[in-house]
Amino acid sequence: MAILRLLELAPAQQQAASGFLQTSAWLLVAIPLLSAAFLLLAGKRADGWGHWVGVAAPGLAFVLGLGVTVSLLGGDAATRVRSLHLFSWIPAGSLHLDAGLRLDPLSLTFVLLVTFVGTLIHVYSVAYMDHDPSRRRFFAYLNFFIAAMLLLVLADSYLLLFVGWEGVGLASYLLIGFWNHETPNAVAAKKAFVMNRVGDLGMLVALMVMFASFGAVDFTTVFHGAPGASAGVLTAISLMLLLAACGKSAQFPLQAWLGDAMAGPTPVSALIHAATMVTAGVYLVVRSAPIFEGAPNAQLVVVIVGGITLIFGAIVGLAKDDIKKVLAASTMSQIGYMMLAAGLGPIGYAFAIFHLVTHGFFKAGLFLGAGSVMHGMDDQVDMRRFGALQKFLPITWATFAIAWLAILGIPPFSGFWTKDKIIEAAFVGDGWRPWVFGLVALIGAGLTAFYMSRLFFMTFHGTERWTKDQHPHEAPKLMTVPMIVLAVGSAFVGGLLSIGGAFSTWLEPVTGHHEHAEPVLSVPAITVATLLLVLAGAYFAWRQYAVSTVPVTPPLASVMTRAARDDLYQDEVNEALFMHPGQYLTRSLTYGDRRVLDAGVDGIGRLVAGTGELLRRWQNGYARSYAATMVAGLLILLVVVLAFQS
Amino acid sequence: MNLSNYLVLASILFAIGTATVLLRRNAIIVFMGVELMLNSANLLLVTFARIHGDLQGQVMAFFVMVVAAAEVVVGLAIIVSIFRARRSASVDDVNLLKN
Repeated sequence: MAILRLLELAPAQQQAASGFLQTSAWLLVAIPLLSAAFLLLAGKRADGWGHWVGVAAPGLAFVLGLGVTVSLLGGDAATRVRSLHLFSWIPAGSLHLDAGLRLDPLSLTFVLLVTFVGTLIHVYSVAYMDHDPSRRRFFAYLNFFIAAMLLLVLADSYLLLFVGWEGVGLASYLLIGFWNHETPNAVAAKKAFVMNRVGDLGMLVALMVMFASFGAVDFTTVFHGAPGASAGVLTAISLMLLLAACGKSAQFPLQAWLGDAMAGPTPVSALIHAATMVTAGVYLVVRSAPIFEGAPNAQLVVVIVGGITLIFGAIVGLAKDDIKKVLAASTMSQIGYMMLAAGLGPIGYAFAIFHLVTHGFFKAGLFLGAGSVMHGMDDQVDMRRFGALQKFLPITWATFAIAWLAILGIPPFSGFWTKDKIIEAAFVGDGWRPWVFGLVALIGAGLTAFYMSRLFFMTFHGTERWTKDQHPHEAPKLMTVPMIVLAVGSAFVGGLLSIGGAFSTWLEPVTGHHEHAEPVLSVPAITVATLLLVLAGAYFAWRQYAVSTVPVTPPLASVMTRAARDDLYQDEVNEALFMHPGQYLTRSLTYGDRRVLDAGVDGIGRLVAGTGELLRRWQNGYARSYAATMVAGLLILLVVVLAFQS
Repeated sequence: MNLSNYLVLASILFAIGTATVLLRRNAIIVFMGVELMLNSANLLLVTFARIHGDLQGQVMAFFVMVVAAAEVVVGLAIIVSIFRARRSASVDDVNLLKN
């Protein structure tokens, strides 16, 4: 079966980039990078207008990306994988690595998503960060984030991808800890960075195994050699890549940083969750499809990780009262859907990416909406302190509602076209797998409906629960316009790109063509079941949080709820399993170092010093004592010579 | 001639010189002890040269005298300058090398 899949995946013939637009694709990365450098170096004199440079950079990149996409669309599907050689990067003996870009439907999908959503978030940030004294620095970091993400998705080798990968990690660290004058923010940034390092270890090991097995780390050679490699090697590479993806995409068991990452300014959360950073893991798995295809066991692990994370995130989302943390948990859960789809093989790749695109729109919309609510409520994030905001923030309410319907998967909004397909794909297969995976995806949809509706009703409906001195007001135009654009995207992108399977066809040069397969349940039955569950979830949330009054302080709750409020004790588990043993190990190593190694070295030093101290007594400076020593020595010599002579 | 007489005399002279160098504090007296030791050695050189009928020992004795004379010049100069600096000719006062 695996071999059959490989045949289906025969990649489209790769061609050199041609035409002005394609050969200048390197500008996609260079423009935001230069803008970031400019903003950082320009100093205070750019404080007044620097943010517009920051907005223009991803905007220009989007226009260029659109041009490249159109030029690819001009040719037929077989010519849509282009490579652009940039320069010889590491010419070192047997390792010869070129830096180059790979322009194909997958990377360009990401380019368009990242630059489009990124530009909107930049525009929004102009107003959101209006009162921040270091707004220019903020835009520099945002630009750097975009540049790193574009490098990540455009790279034509795993090593160049790794450069972008690390750049994204650095940018997220800088942005999560942007307000690092408050300790919790700095700690959250460090936590994200450290957990990402764990994932990066997987990436490094995968790179090493690739180099050892294939002698190269560029996509073309590796994918070409993958079918001939042993299953063990492919499984090892796949699992290590999965570890890397888990770190970057906040998948189980490396999910703990995502909630704390909410410490950053809200536009950063939107950027991390919608366009950059967490989507990188899904990209990596889909991009490495030829490797994963050869390792069915690793694919199963991907699906399981996706399934666990999808339920995990949903459960955490059910209990949180912090609006941003609910959204973070929801991202975790939605990325879980994408991972699950990516692990299903060719049947799921296109839908994983498709869901990623629609998720990019509605999740950015939700985060920007949450930012707008916080803007109007003096940075309050506790949903128990919101309520009845509909009439004060009408535009935010409308855009948020569309994004909410999209994430719920209500037709005809975007989420329906992608999430429903993933659930269908999860039901395809034989044996126990489709039932388990399908039901997990189905239950996840119901949970999503409940917690997102809970968030929506608690924030915008029900009774007013604010403190007296709060005066909710609508955000300025610079913030509402991006929200409206994203809401339009959340409403229509999914449906438009689904016409005639347009999106799947567009991705085919990368993901391969896949014949339609029948799920174990009939498609209408799955759709109806999903919709019923979603409506039930929404109804219960409406009854509990819109009709009845919501207590201002969280009520005492069951064990399960308390666990979910505490992120299912993920931090406690990490601390007990890794942090404390690690610290104990460090302490014992330090102790051993001090008691054994240092003691030995110190001992030699003390011995020499002590001997010197003893010998020093002889050097008393009295000429007569030196003379006496000489005479004594002479006498001893005399005695010795005479004794040996006789 | 009886060899042992010469040897005993030379040994006594050498012992006196050594004791003088080791026990006396005055630099000039110490110097005289050194001269005594040199001369006891000279006595032995000359004695053995006479017994072996060989001139080499006698020549060596002359060398020792010349070197001793040179040494006395340098040594006395040092002692005089030390005396000028410290108003003392005691060898125990010249212990700046300590510490």
